[in-house]
Amino acid sequence: MAEVADKQATANPEAADVDGRPIIELVDVYKRFGDLHVLRGINVRLNKGETTVIIGESGAGKSVVLKHIVGLLDPEKGEVRYRGQVIGGMKRRALTELRTHFGYLFQMSALFDSLTVEENLAFPLVEHRKLAEARIKEIVAQKLSMVGLDGIQSKKPADLSGGQRKRVALARAIALDPEVILYDEPTTGLDPPRADVINELIIKLKQETGATSIVVTHDMASANKVADRILMLLEGRFIFDGTPAELTGTDDERVRDFVQGRASREDMMSLQRKG
Amino acid sequence: MSFLATVGYKSIHATESFGRFWTFAWTTLRFLGPGLFRYKTWRLVMPNFYEVGNRTLPVVLITGMFVGLVLAIQSYDQLAAAGFEQRMGILVNMTLVQELGPVLAGVMLAGRVGGALTAELGTMNVTEQLDALRAMGSDPIRHLVVPRFLACLLLTPLLTVFADLAGCLSGFFVAVELKNVPSEPYWYFTKDALERWDLMVGFIKSVAFGGAIGMIACYKGFHCRHGASGVGRACTESFVASFIAILAIDFFLATFLQGVYKALYGFKSLVM
Ligand SMILES: Nc1ncnc2c1ncn2[C@@H]1O[C@H](COP(=O)(O)OP(=O)(O)OP(=O)(O)O)[C@@H](O)[C@H]1O
Ligand SMILES: [Mg+2]
Repeated sequence: MAEVADKQATANPEAADVDGRPIIELVDVYKRFGDLHVLRGINVRLNKGETTVIIGESGAGKSVVLKHIVGLLDPEKGEVRYRGQVIGGMKRRALTELRTHFGYLFQMSALFDSLTVEENLAFPLVEHRKLAEARIKEIVAQKLSMVGLDGIQSKKPADLSGGQRKRVALARAIALDPEVILYDEPTTGLDPPRADVINELIIKLKQETGATSIVVTHDMASANKVADRILMLLEGRFIFDGTPAELTGTDDERVRDFVQGRASREDMMSLQRKG
Repeated sequence: MSFLATVGYKSIHATESFGRFWTFAWTTLRFLGPGLFRYKTWRLVMPNFYEVGNRTLPVVLITGMFVGLVLAIQSYDQLAAAGFEQRMGILVNMTLVQELGPVLAGVMLAGRVGGALTAELGTMNVTEQLDALRAMGSDPIRHLVVPRFLACLLLTPLLTVFADLAGCLSGFFVAVELKNVPSEPYWYFTKDALERWDLMVGFIKSVAFGGAIGMIACYKGFHCRHGASGVGRACTESFVASFIAILAIDFFLATFLQGVYKALYGFKSLVM
């Protein structure tokens, strides 16, 4: 049965969302590292063209969720599906093909230190597209100007500021015009105006390319600005799922504390006990 | 009970690492075959050749030189007492070519190149560059490990030749210039005793050492713990593991190759 679905999905990629099926689906995903249970039953279906923001405290497992979506980590239990195809246990070649549909902006940018900015951006193009060198240069220049960094092709990542590195990494993530873009803390470590440039970029990419985006962030201003939908991860599960407006109006105290940046009652109590 | 639990836990952990290492090695070797015929691989190998060769040639030459000096100084008195000093070239050069040249060049490479490789790949690991490669649909083993492994595999024998050469010359210098052994018999006896087989033994050993160093260094880089301290620890572990691997491989190859020699040519005495 699953095999039939797979074949259909490959034969006609658009078929997946005709009947409103989700583009990405996580079904009861569990993950632990040693004794650390990070994910304890994640269930979510993401629709094409939507921007979903995942919030949650540091160490909650937000990056782990993203890594499951592109198959960098395999779930202990449960399934991750892209257009109906199960990602875990895929053949290497199928996984490679699948990953060209994704753009991933890593939390630490993850630019290749030994390569120049241009070579970094050209990397996915050289790897997956048979293009003339001139055409590659052209695409690289175009993507760089999209993130507002013209003319830095020959610099090394080490010569860039943290914010510039993030934007170059974003340019690299969209080099293959992916259908799904994963942003891991795109605005962390940037000054507010620069952070807002990134927010605008996320919105612009969505409008221009119709890309599905998943944004992991702590930055509530950014979350409210870009999100169609917000999920909050706590103790290995999504404890909130709704629109930004619903998030503001929620009466779940754990969610409110996080959104308003307040120490929770337990944290305050343990502080007082120690003091 | 807790002792038993510790032993159990440790052995499970060790078995796991062992399995992971061989899976890693197997994947590398599988990419190696097809990789040899790809232009891209060689383009990636070249900078590594330069790194490995350039970094280690001076230290390897110095190591070889001192080994030759010490061997000659130490063997002279003993051999001279028995009246065999004209044959000291046999001992010095045989030891160098078969044993100390490959082993010490290997150890130098493990420290100099192995450490640097582990640090480089470890840093790429903790800064998510390996994940980024994977996420872009490229295999980090094919892309990063294969060229580095090839560079170690091919350059170790070459560097060993330099170590041997430096050792031979410095041994000769001690014997002839300092100890007044006549130079003609020194070389004559050496040539007589040292066969192509002995060079072969040194060569096989150095290839094996180079492979072990490259594989261990890359593995340790790929599997280091996160954080800067993880990279530092991986470098130390990489050197220690390579060092032990070199000694162990040396022992097994020496035993094995001696057996092969005996089977092919019978026993050979160096003294008579
Ligand atoms: N490969 C791994 N091996 C072992 N533990 C891991 C691994 N990846 C993540 N973890 C652990 O899983 C937990 C969740 O990590 P994750 O990086 O997803 O957090 P996060 O929500 O992204 O936090 P942050 O906001 O700080 O980035 C952490 O405790 C981390 O130490
Ligand atoms: Mg994270």
